[in-house]
Amino acid sequence: MTKPNVLILRTAGTNCDAETDTAFQLAGAETALVHIQNLISGKVHLSDYQILAIPGGFSYGDDIAAGILLAIEMKHKLTNALNQFVMDGKLVIGICNGFQVLVRTGLLPGISTSANGTSQMTQRATLAMNTSAKFECRWVDLETQQSPCVFTKDIKPSVYLPVAHAEGRFTAPADVLAELEANNQVVFRYAESEYPKNPNGSDADIAGICDTTGRIFGLMPHPERFLTKWNHPRWTRLADAQDTASEEGEGLAIFKNAVNYTKANLL
Amino acid sequence: MSNTVKEIEILNADDAELMRISREGTLSLNLNEMKAIQTHFKGLGRNPTDVEIETIAQTWSEHCVHKTFKSIIRYSEDGKAPEQIDGLFPTYIQRATEEIAKPWCVSVFSDNAGIIEFDETCNLVFKVETHNHPSAIEPYGGAGTGIGGVIRDSLGTGLGAKPILNTDVFCFGMPDTPYAQLPKGTLHPKRVFKGVVAGVRDYGNRMGIPTANGAILFDTRYTANPLVFCGNVGLIPRNRCEKSVEPGDLVVAIGGQTGRDGIHGATFSSAELDDTSESLGSVVQIGNPIMEKKIVDALLQARDRNLYRSITDCGAGGFSSAVGEMGADIGAEVHLERVSLKYEGLAPWEIWLSEAQERMVIAVPPENLTELMEICESEVVEATVLGTFTDTHRLQVFYEGAIVADLEMEFLHNGLPKPVKEAIWQPPKHPEMPSRDREAKNYTDDLKRLLASPNIASKESVIRQYDHGVQGGMVINPLVGVTNDGPSDACVITPVLGSRKGVIIANGINPKYSDVDPYLSAAAAIDEALRNIVAVGGTLEKTALLDNFCWGNPDKPDRLGELVRAAKACYDIATAYGTPFISGKDSLYNEYRDTTTGEQRAIPSTLLISAICVISDIRNAVTMDVKAPHNLIYVVGNTYTELGGSHYFGIHGFIGNAAPAIRPDEGKLTMERLSAAINNGWVRSCHDCSEGGIGVAAAEMAFAGGYGMSLNLDNIPTGDEITADDYRLFSETNSRFIVEIEPQHRDAYETHMAETPIGCLGTVIDGHEFVIKGKAGHPIVETSIDALKSAWQTPLHS
Repeated sequence: MTKPNVLILRTAGTNCDAETDTAFQLAGAETALVHIQNLISGKVHLSDYQILAIPGGFSYGDDIAAGILLAIEMKHKLTNALNQFVMDGKLVIGICNGFQVLVRTGLLPGISTSANGTSQMTQRATLAMNTSAKFECRWVDLETQQSPCVFTKDIKPSVYLPVAHAEGRFTAPADVLAELEANNQVVFRYAESEYPKNPNGSDADIAGICDTTGRIFGLMPHPERFLTKWNHPRWTRLADAQDTASEEGEGLAIFKNAVNYTKANLL
Repeated sequence: MSNTVKEIEILNADDAELMRISREGTLSLNLNEMKAIQTHFKGLGRNPTDVEIETIAQTWSEHCVHKTFKSIIRYSEDGKAPEQIDGLFPTYIQRATEEIAKPWCVSVFSDNAGIIEFDETCNLVFKVETHNHPSAIEPYGGAGTGIGGVIRDSLGTGLGAKPILNTDVFCFGMPDTPYAQLPKGTLHPKRVFKGVVAGVRDYGNRMGIPTANGAILFDTRYTANPLVFCGNVGLIPRNRCEKSVEPGDLVVAIGGQTGRDGIHGATFSSAELDDTSESLGSVVQIGNPIMEKKIVDALLQARDRNLYRSITDCGAGGFSSAVGEMGADIGAEVHLERVSLKYEGLAPWEIWLSEAQERMVIAVPPENLTELMEICESEVVEATVLGTFTDTHRLQVFYEGAIVADLEMEFLHNGLPKPVKEAIWQPPKHPEMPSRDREAKNYTDDLKRLLASPNIASKESVIRQYDHGVQGGMVINPLVGVTNDGPSDACVITPVLGSRKGVIIANGINPKYSDVDPYLSAAAAIDEALRNIVAVGGTLEKTALLDNFCWGNPDKPDRLGELVRAAKACYDIATAYGTPFISGKDSLYNEYRDTTTGEQRAIPSTLLISAICVISDIRNAVTMDVKAPHNLIYVVGNTYTELGGSHYFGIHGFIGNAAPAIRPDEGKLTMERLSAAINNGWVRSCHDCSEGGIGVAAAEMAFAGGYGMSLNLDNIPTGDEITADDYRLFSETNSRFIVEIEPQHRDAYETHMAETPIGCLGTVIDGHEFVIKGKAGHPIVETSIDALKSAWQTPLHS
């Protein structure tokens, strides 16, 4: 059976591309690391892929604000290709800086369709500076929510993942937040509200959201950093540390879900 | 400044005039060196151009050529016959590595970083640099470009290594220094601290390199001369570890544009600071990590396609040093007007010397140029052909068609006169501190004070600002334990995802012992770095070392005497443990002079030892947090009455005289047996016993694991008779560990350790009480792990 094709988008300052690549390969996908220049120039076509992954990092140095320059570049230079990709029912995941990019393009919480039928990429939420006002690298407990997200299907109710960011406080106007809740678009919440368990002060403890279809997913934590159980910060304390029967880390399930969905629906 | 070249009048200059030229040009050349240049140009019958004399000054700077470590030293020690040392580096550092002769050392001391074997396909490179002088003046920029520079060292080793880990060690003045006591013209230690951490954080995080190991030390003598050590580990394919340059290869500069930043960095850092140094803003470079990331992205692709034959970074001395070094054996020709500039108006010598960051120079066979340019274009990185490597054995620099420098490579690289330096060492005598057993009710408060002292206190607020998980290979974090906040002895990563092969990075640094004897300070630094490796599951057999000396002015015989003592220890201890040096660096002239009072102060003689170890299976790694109640707590290794330079004496205002001695035979056996015990799976937790002795180490293990302890000091193995409880509790004897053993492994463990002194002190308990009993059977420490943890976490919390 053919493997799903994943395009892992790179640009200046992308830096979680290699481990995201590993994650999708372990999950059973074919992967390509593609610089955005090669999409813009037409050397590579987005339409040849079923999954678009925007990895973590500091795209263009996060100048002005995290992810904004890459978001503008995507919105204006890849408009049609991106719209077509989404309309074709394909999958998009943005992790950390990738989540920031998806929010700033408007792909999350979702493209709205205007009265004349054209789709609008408009930013409706943001990821602001952490309330601690500094970069935070720590592991957090996440609660998986009931959502249409295909990436988190049948995933454990609580997941442990690392965050590493300075701008991760999800915030949006009340109506947008209400809409997210009404549509079950919140995918992950930090398990508790107080700092540092909610490491950035996000509204409603939001750690990750999807669009209404569940096919576009963005999250601040890094599932690609928990691919084997020896990535767990306390694996030396865990009873099954030496048990080789299951070596999988909790992050891998997200990538496997993407691959399985693609195999079932897009190939 | 005009675009013209000036002739420097030296042919008829007298001594005073030669020194004026050196001083006013920030050349940092001494009279002998100026005379050697004068003689050379007299032979040519002409004056040098500014481009030429600047090129020579950079190439001959302490920073670039390490002349102190290569000089002849006449050394005399109290009561001993004087000896002549023909170079500290060849005699003590390089010779140790040669004699140890590890087959897994791939490249030592010759490239920008040392290279050791990793697995069937890859090797590891490791380098630690200092960026002290810039960080004193502009902490954020100085520290950021420090990490940026050492990353380029990895990228400039062999044909280029992928940077995979950063390590950072800082030494600052005391954070509570009153403003009135600040030396003139210096920044407050807190501001330096904040700026340096932010600089390293922003550069390392943006580059996507985990910063997973480090240390922060405090001493008033670092106030005017803070130390910033930045290290980087890289991963390189085994068939990309060698470089060569052929005549006809193109000189290609890749990366950032050239501006007037960082000019004279190399010579500036080869001199003392004074209260006017802060006005030398242009000697500090400006960092742009995203530019550097782009260079890495582009160059590693070009490397894998074999598009260039050699590479080096543009660090100190800029193009002058990079091109001069690459073409040293054949010759090079460069056209400065081709250099891509940030702005107009630079004189040719400024273009040539600029230390603008994020630039690399590569030697490209002409037939590969098009393909290289295509990669650079797709990664949006600028690359410029500056000239060609030649077979003239000359370094020839042109500007708009006119030759502005024409130097023989032979004179440039071998014309530096070998200095002879005097060194003396006399052991100091400090007041001794008696045991406080008679006056002290118990040592609970002393233990809390030690945990709260800034050198020992938690550095979590700093560590959390560094991304230590990027690249996905983290196995043992810098923070460990039940709430992820205990102090790990070392970090472990898997550079190749999916492989169980791991790398441990650790460090050792004990400048306090230098106040007693720099030999013991250096020995303890090596012992500590190795203990940290062993404590997480590494072995001496697969460990290599890096040495970074930060010292005062080596032209002063007493400072140089201390350097000799430390270098001797490096040889003695490295050979005894069988752990080779693979790379190193020195930063001298870390002194401050107040120009109004004439007061002169030097930093404590500071040797940082960084250690790297390859382990075959990361699943055997252990952490320092205790795991479960009822497990047994052992001390491994003899304790001696050794509190000279200890933290315990320090908090009571004493230095003392008996700094921890080094007994490498005992230490080696202890570490080898313990490594085996850990790899056999008998050890649940293990912690290096160092600053603050058994008391601090046991407390850290307990509160990191979330369980109390009940211990009795009667059972510690001792090498001499120690009757005082405080000495037992806080002595800082080398080569000791504290380990946690499950009761069912007790017999196997004790039998295995038979040849090494061990003592069972007690158990982990199911509660938060932390009690240590002394010689009379009554508690000398009685508290809770919560109180101890709070003492340890509070001081540097924000």
